[in-house]
Amino acid sequence: MGRKNWARENELRSLESNLPYEGLEKGKQPNRYFPSNAIKTTKYSLLFFIPMNLYEQFHRLANLYFVGLVILNFIPEVNAFQPEIALIPICVILSLTAMKDAWEDFRRYQSDRKLNNMPCFIYSRKEKQFVERHWKDVRVGDFVKVVCNEIIPADLLLLYTSDPNGVCHIETANLDGETNLKQRTAVSGHPEFEPESFNGILVCEKPNNNLNHFKGYVEKPDKQKVGAGIESLLLRGCTVRNTDHAVGFVVYAGRETKSMLNNSGPRYKRSKLERRLNIDVLFCVILLFTMCLIGALGHYLWLNAMPVVPPYLVPPTSGQLDRPSLTSFYMFFTMIILLQILIPISLYVSIELVKIGQIFFITNDIDLYDEETDSRIQCKALNITEDLGQIEYIFSDKTGTLTENKMVFRRCSIMGTEYPHKENAIRLAVLDEPEAEEEVIFNQHAQPLPTRWSLDSEEANVEDTHGHGSRRRSKVTGNAQSDVAFSSPLETEVVPDGKLFQKISRTSSGSLSHSQKTDAYLDFFLALAICNTVVVSMATTKRRRVSVSPQAKHTNTPLETLSKDSEENFQPSGQTEGVDTTGLQPCSPHPPSLSDEPALTSDNLRYEAESPDEAALVYAAKAYGFTLLSRTPDSVSVRLPSGEVLDFEVLDTLTFDSNRKRMSVLVRHPITKEYVLYTKGYASILTGHGNKKNIATVTQRHLDCYAKEGLRTLCIAKKVVSEAVYKRWSVDRKNAMAAIENRERLVMDTAVQLEKNLTLLGATGIEDRLQENVPDTIQALREAGIKVWVLTGDKPETAVNIGYACGLLEDEDLVINMAAVFQITCTNILDCTLEEVRRYNADPRNVDTTQNMSLVIDGLTLDKALSPDLLDRFVALVKHCRAVLCCRVTPLQKSRVVKVIREKLKVMTLAVGDGANDVNMIQAADIGIGISGQEGMQAVMASDFAISHFKHLKKLLLVHGHWCYTRLANMIIYFFYKNVAYVNLLFWYQFFCGFSATAMIDYWLMIFFNLFFTSVPPIMFGLMDKDISAEMLLGVPELYKTGQGEGDYRFTTFWVSILDAFYQSLVCFFVPYFVYQDSDIDMFTFGTPMNTSALFIILMHLSIEIKSWTVVHWIIMLGSVALYFIVTLAYSAVCVTCNPPSNPYWILQSQMEDPMFYLICILSTVVALLPRYRVCHSLSSVGLKIFNCPEFWGVFVTRFDLCTSLTAMQL
Amino acid sequence: MVKQESESANRPDNTAFTQQRLPAWQPILSAGIVIPGFVLIGLAFIGIGVALLVTSRSIQVLELDYTGDSNGSPCSSCSQSDIANCKCSLNFTLTTLFQGPVFFYYGLSNYFQNYRRYGASKDDNQLYGDLSSFTSPSSSCSPYNYDSSKKPIVPCGSIANSMFNDTFTLTRTVSGTTNNVTLDGKGIAWWTDYNIKYRNPSVTPLKNAFNGTVKPINWAKPAYELDASDRSNNGFVNQDFLVWMRRAALPNFRKLYRRIDASGDYQKGLPAGNYTIDITYNYPVRAFNGAKKIVFSNVSWMGGSNEFLGIAYLVIGSLCVVMSVVMLIVYAKFKFPDEE
Repeated sequence: MGRKNWARENELRSLESNLPYEGLEKGKQPNRYFPSNAIKTTKYSLLFFIPMNLYEQFHRLANLYFVGLVILNFIPEVNAFQPEIALIPICVILSLTAMKDAWEDFRRYQSDRKLNNMPCFIYSRKEKQFVERHWKDVRVGDFVKVVCNEIIPADLLLLYTSDPNGVCHIETANLDGETNLKQRTAVSGHPEFEPESFNGILVCEKPNNNLNHFKGYVEKPDKQKVGAGIESLLLRGCTVRNTDHAVGFVVYAGRETKSMLNNSGPRYKRSKLERRLNIDVLFCVILLFTMCLIGALGHYLWLNAMPVVPPYLVPPTSGQLDRPSLTSFYMFFTMIILLQILIPISLYVSIELVKIGQIFFITNDIDLYDEETDSRIQCKALNITEDLGQIEYIFSDKTGTLTENKMVFRRCSIMGTEYPHKENAIRLAVLDEPEAEEEVIFNQHAQPLPTRWSLDSEEANVEDTHGHGSRRRSKVTGNAQSDVAFSSPLETEVVPDGKLFQKISRTSSGSLSHSQKTDAYLDFFLALAICNTVVVSMATTKRRRVSVSPQAKHTNTPLETLSKDSEENFQPSGQTEGVDTTGLQPCSPHPPSLSDEPALTSDNLRYEAESPDEAALVYAAKAYGFTLLSRTPDSVSVRLPSGEVLDFEVLDTLTFDSNRKRMSVLVRHPITKEYVLYTKGYASILTGHGNKKNIATVTQRHLDCYAKEGLRTLCIAKKVVSEAVYKRWSVDRKNAMAAIENRERLVMDTAVQLEKNLTLLGATGIEDRLQENVPDTIQALREAGIKVWVLTGDKPETAVNIGYACGLLEDEDLVINMAAVFQITCTNILDCTLEEVRRYNADPRNVDTTQNMSLVIDGLTLDKALSPDLLDRFVALVKHCRAVLCCRVTPLQKSRVVKVIREKLKVMTLAVGDGANDVNMIQAADIGIGISGQEGMQAVMASDFAISHFKHLKKLLLVHGHWCYTRLANMIIYFFYKNVAYVNLLFWYQFFCGFSATAMIDYWLMIFFNLFFTSVPPIMFGLMDKDISAEMLLGVPELYKTGQGEGDYRFTTFWVSILDAFYQSLVCFFVPYFVYQDSDIDMFTFGTPMNTSALFIILMHLSIEIKSWTVVHWIIMLGSVALYFIVTLAYSAVCVTCNPPSNPYWILQSQMEDPMFYLICILSTVVALLPRYRVCHSLSSVGLKIFNCPEFWGVFVTRFDLCTSLTAMQL
Repeated sequence: MVKQESESANRPDNTAFTQQRLPAWQPILSAGIVIPGFVLIGLAFIGIGVALLVTSRSIQVLELDYTGDSNGSPCSSCSQSDIANCKCSLNFTLTTLFQGPVFFYYGLSNYFQNYRRYGASKDDNQLYGDLSSFTSPSSSCSPYNYDSSKKPIVPCGSIANSMFNDTFTLTRTVSGTTNNVTLDGKGIAWWTDYNIKYRNPSVTPLKNAFNGTVKPINWAKPAYELDASDRSNNGFVNQDFLVWMRRAALPNFRKLYRRIDASGDYQKGLPAGNYTIDITYNYPVRAFNGAKKIVFSNVSWMGGSNEFLGIAYLVIGSLCVVMSVVMLIVYAKFKFPDEE
């Protein structure tokens, strides 16, 4: 028992097999404290739905306000209406929300039930085999068998797989969206696995949500510990691929699994507008209290002025009148009840509805749809759409965001010699050409291509296929892209450099591998082929998917075309180059005689890599004949150009991490039996360890040159390790792997220990091409007043190059390069630049122009610039910069920069990125946008919006952002106006009824007025109004500036609207008042023209605001008016005594027979709206004038001018 | 084709609605539309204004205050005493014919029939003739639901209790002889009040329905004896009662008392001559600074006399015209930028 308690409370858990305890009652089960695998994501239970939902809803302040009002209404001294009626609004709102919640919860319940009842195989001791059970029956400590294409029911520690190497492939698309296969290896020590013989104890850490991390070890009865990491853990929700079956031990079940812990539901952010809105709601509260105070005070004075008790003053039941002070104290609360709708409670509901609609429109925009991946824009955060219209700073990642992240091998340098690969560059240029129509046709008639092209047939039609080949390939493979990561033709095909190719052929054909001294060239390509974590799969053992699309047959074609092309590319180069060299035999990659194993032809090979660079390098090596044939955890086989297959024993893989910035593979050479470490990594890390001085310097020069071209550089190095060193090191390594404390650090230390004194082999330059329309998008964003920053982990040279390529930097720009090693230098640069900026701005010649300044800063300097004493100066400087490029920054620095700018400058920020390294930044910004690209889905998972291309930002911000913002801002202002205008009618009446909180409008009609007659038009306004057309917004990006900073929704606009509301309500009240004063008008007859003209005023006011009328607008506006008359007439005809003391019976009917009614309504409406109409119109005519003078154009982009500019454009 | 569809399953619908491309009309405020529009509206308003003003001017109104708060006025003695049925009379002379039909109103000032608690102080069920509400009036009538001896008050509540109880007779003196002017008290209340909202209990005689109840404290007579001359004008459907029960919207109001019966000499209205109104002064108003008056008025299609609406229409109409002229000048000066 003691041990069990320890297991629950300690940082660690120890689990044992359930099998010995099978059949025993629950109390004897060792793992009974851990949750079962049944999941429950529902919030409510059937029985307690109502109380729980109410509890939930009353967490909202608005609802509490409502309830408070209802309670007030139940106090007889205070009530204004019958208490029952006061319940209606709150009941409507609560029940609407409850219905929505219940429906959502029911859907969760259904999906839970479906998941819990999925079948799986659990080992049973009684039956001595795996028996079919449901997911919910799985418990911690069970043995579960998963078969190919099945979804894993719980987090399993992999003990056994059908694969002889103990490997199980899984696809984690359900978890993080990554479609490439991941390898998991069985925990060693169980080659002949039998569940019943498992007698170890698994010690593991407590459940956490880190998908890429797991710590644990299996302790055998003999106290031997075997380490187990994430590489042995099968995660719930993943799919088993390419492995017949596997058996695992359940480590975490149900809600403790990593996938469930990661499932945190949609995120809620508060938009800037909403924060502003809350301030205005507070103003409304203050206004309400002021009005109620005036009411109470007025009542007090009115009572005090009374010499005797007049017959109309009703004493309470006691017969004695209360003191005026007490009565007016009560009156204060009664007034709150009467004027309650001044606080626009329905506003919150309406905003939510409008945002749902806005998201509907955004996700349905066909311009933001990507054909290639068949994906729309995803809106993950539901309530910050309007923030899109207020962005002032964009922080962008470079790789995969501005660029395609489709890595293309461009150049390499080996032992100090540079090979420019001109032919390859030409091929890439061809691929750039727009695709012709015929490709689609080709795709549909995909002819069965031979899996292998013989050289004979190739020779016959090499000329005519080559022309179309490259083009149609791109389309065909484009479709298959979702199937294989990083395998577009761009990346897979490399045309070898002629000179280098000859050199390779010569070395391999001449000395071949028999020579003891391996050539550096061979080593270089071997390193490219071996030093990676690429998964090799065969076209024949194509990834099996459950949901294979109908074109399963056709997905073969890309591979076949692909392989065909790789040969095709081989051929010409071989021919042309081969001829003018010394009659050397063109090296055929697959001489039939040498290819003993037909399955291992390079045609069928596909490489699936976690990072695109790796795949690009492997494909490059393949182009030179170094074909990676297979990879298991323990071995790699590579076919050399000569056709010989080398099987390397893999001793260890030192995986990539961002601190070391490199990865290594330690192999044992099959021929020389040497222990060889191949390393690849970022240049600065490797060159430090140099070998021959001159090679290092030459290579460094090449690297700089590559970086200037905007290529990504990697250095390749090797090291031969002596056996003794290896033996010693491997012991350290094993200990580090099994450690639970500080494991990461220990593992890294061992890696660093080995990666010393490397011999530089060469370097590669990989191109990452700019995405479509990136310069255009950046240009538009900049014109829209948005500052674009690029934060990248790349070298400054690469970054600057891309910066110029994408138009972020321009030739005439003053580019400040900040790269300071010392704090002092950094301070000096900042001070000098700031001084220069100040001088420039002070210069009278530069009044109208601003200097175009850009800043390039590297990670180290950034760290210093962000230190507390320099921070302000740095921020002051970047405020003047048009563009900022931060290079060599870590993910943490990225988010730091975003946070600093956001907080110091108080601006709206947007971060866009595609990789896991952008997640911090995406979360730090006001809006995070993920690009669903090549690097998995972590960025998308963390983002608020997920798009597929950078260019989509343009429409998303300039059009949707602008629309969402202006629509919502105008709707909110209108809502405030509407409520104030209507409520003030009641307030003015208080001056004529002794401040007794009398309403001259029937209470039901008042509720209907807000609930039905005037609620739909503003929502429609918020959903559909178009102040400027999409074409205009895209064509004149400056229009976006209206939303920035304070935007449309600012202090003045709010108060202007409130003042307008006061004016309009005054008109609406006093026109009938002057008409009817001294007459025999009765109360509700008096209120009817007011209510009617209020309806007209409020709707006509909206009509002035609406900038474009569609058929929907007409229907809703006219429908609202019709609804008012129908409902009011029906109500007046039905309600005889239904709502005492109110008396609406037949009043509207009798009023509608009276011409005065119409005259009053017309006059009130016209007088109330005349000022607003006048102001809008005269402003627009001024705008018209100014629009014609371009020099004022920039100055005069103000709210009222928008309609004008539109008008002007159309005229 | 099936293949194509499955490939783009996520493709958004390319409809005008989802793509926000519904054909739209954008109201353009160009001078060519606005100036003529304003002129037209202005002219229409001026026309309406003139018509209203002319109509309003043609309405004759005669107001006579009889509060009696100044010593010289005829009813000052009554206003200062608490005597029930105090009599006083007012004389007035018409020099021309007072065009018929003539309506006879009484008016009260500073009287807040729209006070909230006052308005709630009635029992609609009781007034609808529900006998169970006779024995137990609604608590909304409190404290006028039971008298001091716990007997239910019918009609209960403050509105009924405070019913206006001055009465008037109008006489005309023609060459020394005094003739009564016949006043018609039928149909002065709302038709819906008389026929639908208020009902006497179907008990005959009506008096029996009121057994066990008491009259409102301020009333001189019980409800079933309000009009001795007309049996059908008693109980809750008494016209004066109905008029009083329909609460006035504003603190200064008038309520219809009678119509001048258009018969005999009075077919065309009140002819010129000397008239006397005999007032039974019961209703105290001076204590709360109220005032009482008698109003004679004839009506037109626009109801009673009201110059405000006509003037307002005229002002707004001319404003529109002026504005359009100003706009015309402005646009002429700037050479109609929108026509370039």
